Amino acid sequence: MAMKKQRSLLKSILLGLVILLVLVIYAYGFQVTKVNLDETREPRRQTQLTRILRALARPDIFTYDKEEFVVSLAVYTPCPADGVTLPEPDTSGPYMIMTPVCADPKSEVTVEGFNFEPNIEGPLNFIPPSGVSLQMGAIQTDADGHFIATVELPKRPDTVAQEIRAVTRRNIGGPHFSKNAIETWAKIVETVFMALLATTLGVAIAIPASFLAARNIMTPITSPFTSMALSILTLPIGAFIGARAALWMRALSDRLTGNIWVNLLALALIPGLIWFGLRWALPPEEVKKPSQGLRIARLLVMFAMSLLVILVLFLISALMMRIGQALVPPLKDLGFLGKFVAALGDILGLITPLLSALVGAGVLVSASGRLGQWIVEHSSAALNRSANLVLGTAAGAALFAMLGAGIDWLYQFENLALTLVIPAIVGGVLGAVTAIVLSRRATLPIGFVIYTIMRTLFNGLRSIESLVMVIVFTVWVGIGPFAGVLALALHTIVSNAKLYSEQVEAIMAGPLEAVTATGANRLQTIIYAVIPQIIPPYISYTMYRWDINVRMSTIIGFAGGGGIGFLLIQNINLLNYRAASAQMLAIAVVVASMDYISSKLREKAI
Amino acid sequence: MLKIQHLTKIYTPGDVLALEDVSFDAPPGQFLAVIGLSGSGKSTLLRCINRLVEPTSGKVFLDDIDVTAANNDEMRLIRRRIGMVFQHFNLVHRSSVLTNVLAGRLGYVNPFWSLVNRFPKVDVEKAHRQLERVGIGDKANVRADNLSGGQQQRVGIARALMQDPDVILADEPVASLDPVLAHSIMQYLEKINKEDGVTVLCSLHFLDLVHRYADRVIALNAGRVVFDGLPKEIDDVKFKEIYGQDAERVG
Repeated sequence: MAMKKQRSLLKSILLGLVILLVLVIYAYGFQVTKVNLDETREPRRQTQLTRILRALARPDIFTYDKEEFVVSLAVYTPCPADGVTLPEPDTSGPYMIMTPVCADPKSEVTVEGFNFEPNIEGPLNFIPPSGVSLQMGAIQTDADGHFIATVELPKRPDTVAQEIRAVTRRNIGGPHFSKNAIETWAKIVETVFMALLATTLGVAIAIPASFLAARNIMTPITSPFTSMALSILTLPIGAFIGARAALWMRALSDRLTGNIWVNLLALALIPGLIWFGLRWALPPEEVKKPSQGLRIARLLVMFAMSLLVILVLFLISALMMRIGQALVPPLKDLGFLGKFVAALGDILGLITPLLSALVGAGVLVSASGRLGQWIVEHSSAALNRSANLVLGTAAGAALFAMLGAGIDWLYQFENLALTLVIPAIVGGVLGAVTAIVLSRRATLPIGFVIYTIMRTLFNGLRSIESLVMVIVFTVWVGIGPFAGVLALALHTIVSNAKLYSEQVEAIMAGPLEAVTATGANRLQTIIYAVIPQIIPPYISYTMYRWDINVRMSTIIGFAGGGGIGFLLIQNINLLNYRAASAQMLAIAVVVASMDYISSKLREKAI
Repeated sequence: MLKIQHLTKIYTPGDVLALEDVSFDAPPGQFLAVIGLSGSGKSTLLRCINRLVEPTSGKVFLDDIDVTAANNDEMRLIRRRIGMVFQHFNLVHRSSVLTNVLAGRLGYVNPFWSLVNRFPKVDVEKAHRQLERVGIGDKANVRADNLSGGQQQRVGIARALMQDPDVILADEPVASLDPVLAHSIMQYLEKINKEDGVTVLCSLHFLDLVHRYADRVIALNAGRVVFDGLPKEIDDVKFKEIYGQDAERVG
């Protein structure tokens, strides 16, 4: 019993200490964030707040065409010695009378106006002979167009007649959109399309990348040392062959596309050829293993067909660019459609060598993985071990030399011994040691390594906001919406790839197990068991990202990324709060309506 | 002939011994029931046979092919000969019944054509025939999660049949179904066993099902084989050995 009491006392003291600690943390927070209540109460600050709130409450959206009325009155100050005789005012229009008719500088006078527009306001100025107007006060007419203003004459004594001028403006016609509103509209359209392009581009890359960062997909991938060393060595070779093949095909395509009819004819014939080739080389179903000769023949046909596919991509690219450019003049205002087609063709031409290099690397890596497996299974231990030693040394050296080259490119050491020779030696030794230490049948968790690298990369890049990333892109492609699109797209890739991969990890394991049990290979398992399960979360995260991108694209202009933020920050810097207010309103409307639309779509899709 | 030799499985982490030195042969065409308490290693045993679970030691032979030594490519050829039916059916919910059944053919079709979701015409016809055979030919285009439990398990059986299997591993195929449905599913398995001569390894909970359908029973307790014989040989002593001293026979 006593023990229990003691313990509860201890607990209370501990709780008290925790509360105290929390209070201290918050106190320090107040200190470092400079919470300053006096400042908020200061009249000057309060006036400023009132002013900005009032400006924000009147967004610069509508405007009237204005007509300016100027009413003048001759004035003498001081009174000339021989007195003043002013001409009778023209009472048919607006006129002013000053009492007294003349007065000393710095003396108070009353200015009265008649026949003005009712209920208008404007400045009341004093114009000396120099023509530089001095504001004395303001006028505000009543419903009859009459005003009385008591003002002080400025200290500008002169012998000749000077002038008091009332300037009033009158709206003519109905309200129409102001220049600011029109600019805001153009920029908000730009903003929405920035979000659209960034989301599309980002998601297109994030989806395939997400599989590489999914633990349940990647961890089962293991390979023996021989396979891994071979793969590291053949990866750059495969990429090189792929890129080379693409360049040859581009040269061939350039010859074919000189004449549009040849281009069209080639495009009409080659895809059919590819179809028949693939049908032959890839039989839909095989119960028995084919003979060696047949397999080699199929491989050769597959290689030829891949070359033809690359050629077709180039032909399509060239055709799209040609058609697109040809469409620009006849389409006139819709010329951007032609430009779009041409740009798509250009993009296709740009990514084809990249894809080809990727496929080349992939094919060679997977082939060398199989070769490695075969060596492990079919060669003697001694042979396998010595092969491992050679391959491990070479792979380690190649890997470290590539890393060194990368580092050299970034930091420009320009020292071959430091960036090439030493890393290659270190890598070679490490590879050799690994080859000796590891059992030749041991399986290395290569999938887990890729998973870890991808996750780390995503988490690292994700923590850099696109508002910061855009700075790099503005340097690369210049200030403007394109830089914003690229920055948003990059952030979309890294953050959505992570979100997507978590969804892949969360799928039900049962169907995966069932499809694996049928003998499906990894690719088939992904297509038939994983993809159907991840479609709803992928859609939902894509929508979520779209919301974020709309929001971000509204402010990415702060950092030079184009869109409405660019206009907003300009107006804020110019203290043009009424204009800024219009842009804030536009942002609010767009973000809220996109939110609404996407939530409706999400309901529909799932 | 399916041969299991000295199969041991230790799950890491935790060093949980799930199977210990399990050996038996299953001759072609046998209906073999595997019984035992939950956690006795029934599921692990079935999954070690097609290496959904990697055995720690021991060997599995299917017609003299060493399953435990097969590499990925060889495993594909072995797995397509072994159909599997699951307690929770393990259908892909958002896919159609037909797609789920066709998935049974994935071990045969060229992966390249799977990429574009193409199955040979003969396979599609075959899938329809299998669905007819399990009595749900009209459900081919329904989403799998719109079916009842019993119907889903029939889809599971049709999927296994698509593999033209020599062996079917059925992991508690009726444990999530009510007794009436349980018998109908067991009858399909029996029919496949008798008509097609497919070896069936079926883990079961209820002894009455064992008596009704099995040619032979293997009982596991804590990963060890404690009984291997005919169903009628399970007397009260054996029963206590299998299910523990506190267990009581029901029915």
